[in-house]
Amino acid sequence: MWELARSNKRKSIFLFAGMLLLLVGLGFFAGGAFDPQAGPFLGVTLAMFLWIIQLIISYFAGGSIMLALSGAKPVTRDMHPRLFNIVEEMKIAANLPVLPKIYVIPEEAPNAFATGRNPQKSAVAVTAGLLSRLNRDELQGVIAHEMSHVLNRDILFMTLVGVSLGSIVLLSNIFLRGMFHSGSSSRYRSRGKGGGQAALIFLAIAIVFAILSPIMAQLLYFAISRRREYLADATGVRLTRYPEGLASALEKMSRTDLVLSRVNKVTAALYIVNPLKRKGMQLADLTATHPPISERIKILRSLTYGVNFAAYQKAFESVRGRPASLIPKGGLSDAATVALRAPSKDTGPVEPVPAQRIAGDLIMAASGFTFVTCACGLKMKTPPDFRGNSLRCPKCGKVNSVNAA
Amino acid sequence: MGKIGLILIGVGVLFLFWVIGIFNALVRLRNQVKNAWSQIDVQLKRRHDLIPNLIETTKGYMKHERETLEKVTAARTAAMSAQSVGEKAQAEGMLSGVLGRLFAVAEQYPDLKANQNFLALQEELTSTENKIAFARQGYNDQVLFYNNKIQMFPSNIIAGMFGFAQQEFFEIQDQAEKALPKVAF
Ligand SMILES: [Zn+2]
Repeated sequence: MWELARSNKRKSIFLFAGMLLLLVGLGFFAGGAFDPQAGPFLGVTLAMFLWIIQLIISYFAGGSIMLALSGAKPVTRDMHPRLFNIVEEMKIAANLPVLPKIYVIPEEAPNAFATGRNPQKSAVAVTAGLLSRLNRDELQGVIAHEMSHVLNRDILFMTLVGVSLGSIVLLSNIFLRGMFHSGSSSRYRSRGKGGGQAALIFLAIAIVFAILSPIMAQLLYFAISRRREYLADATGVRLTRYPEGLASALEKMSRTDLVLSRVNKVTAALYIVNPLKRKGMQLADLTATHPPISERIKILRSLTYGVNFAAYQKAFESVRGRPASLIPKGGLSDAATVALRAPSKDTGPVEPVPAQRIAGDLIMAASGFTFVTCACGLKMKTPPDFRGNSLRCPKCGKVNSVNAA
Repeated sequence: MGKIGLILIGVGVLFLFWVIGIFNALVRLRNQVKNAWSQIDVQLKRRHDLIPNLIETTKGYMKHERETLEKVTAARTAAMSAQSVGEKAQAEGMLSGVLGRLFAVAEQYPDLKANQNFLALQEELTSTENKIAFARQGYNDQVLFYNNKIQMFPSNIIAGMFGFAQQEFFEIQDQAEKALPKVAF
């Protein structure tokens, strides 16, 4: 059954090949701009070298880098027994060989991601805010989504794609900086007649390429990650057999104004809901790493009869209002009709926050306090008459900026 | 030995490879069924191990629920002595039913609901029940693949020759749900 979901990779690999082509093209023209004869070859070699080095590093350490960047801390079973149980349940449902390592990010914004190299070496990380907001079924939905990324081999693939994006951005930055900071145009002209004309043509193309390729690469990156998100939703509910759990979790996650303090453009794509909330989103369709949450929820909620891939594909099409292929043909013949299961009787939050803390925060928010969550997880409250724009965390000493809302 | 002899030997070798291929596929599928079953078995054992602890914890609080507690103990004993897959399925279903009733009754005892030990046990048992359900899904999928292979031609011939037997599905029937009185309006 899972091989079918994997065969969908072909489309993603096609997009990925596009990214590699951009990288090679960038190396070719940027090299040519410096030396029309040997340059293109050297440029492509350099680009590939850069790419492979980054790839090797991220293959062996990508997971730990990602976890460190997000501030995730490994946790034990006694600290979070219910979280462990839910991950174990999904491990059994997904038939994974080993239990992923479990991490908690000490932040209030509810979010989660999976990382690692393969199902034998994977990790899932959830924020503390997620545990205090979701109930058992909802957390199960989120964990199932993350396990699906592990199962569908998205974790390595997205690292691969992210690294390629990084290489392209890095290379074009190096080139453009080299161009404009060393007054290079004069150097070109003085290089004699032979290469002059060709060098100028190369230069022109290279500049255009260096400006456009990071944008194109980003669009490809977004397209790939959006596809993977839908697919992880489909696979996740196939595992839990309870779409409402994930739907209501996504709803809760989208309703908060809290933001993660440690996140960047590349790591953002790994999270289950986009941690970079932008106001007045334009071009949202093209530049979003995540499909609109409302759409994901709508698809999940229309799965009222069963949760196999064919059902998800059907719901996907009906919500988007046009035929679209998300699940490959093979996946649709997934004959097993997977019936929905009943909701769990357990409806309280997975890890309840003491009531008085919530009440206190509510009163403070109502009276105009601004909340700043430090990277260490500490939530600081600034009074409405606070005038500074930065705040030192009393726990870890990091200086946080206070956004005047 | 002429050409025909060579061809016959070739065909014979090919046939042998074909039989070995099907045989290996059957063995692989049977192992997958076994493996999937062990996943369920681990969880069933875990549940049996948790129950004495649960009884011990609740006993002090639920003075008037002796019957419920006794039913849980009896269902556990029955489940532990069940042999075939079918018997186990029935006994485990019964056990789920009485456990569900015990937790429903526990709602009426606020002191018990505040006991950390009880809450931890409740979480463990809930999760174990979920794990059984998810493992069962995997096991039944494997049994379906395996049984299909045994029934289909031509693998059925080889399965018959080497004695590959069909496996039972693990279908838990929740006795508690079945026993619910039908209310007529
Ligand atoms: Zn995701």
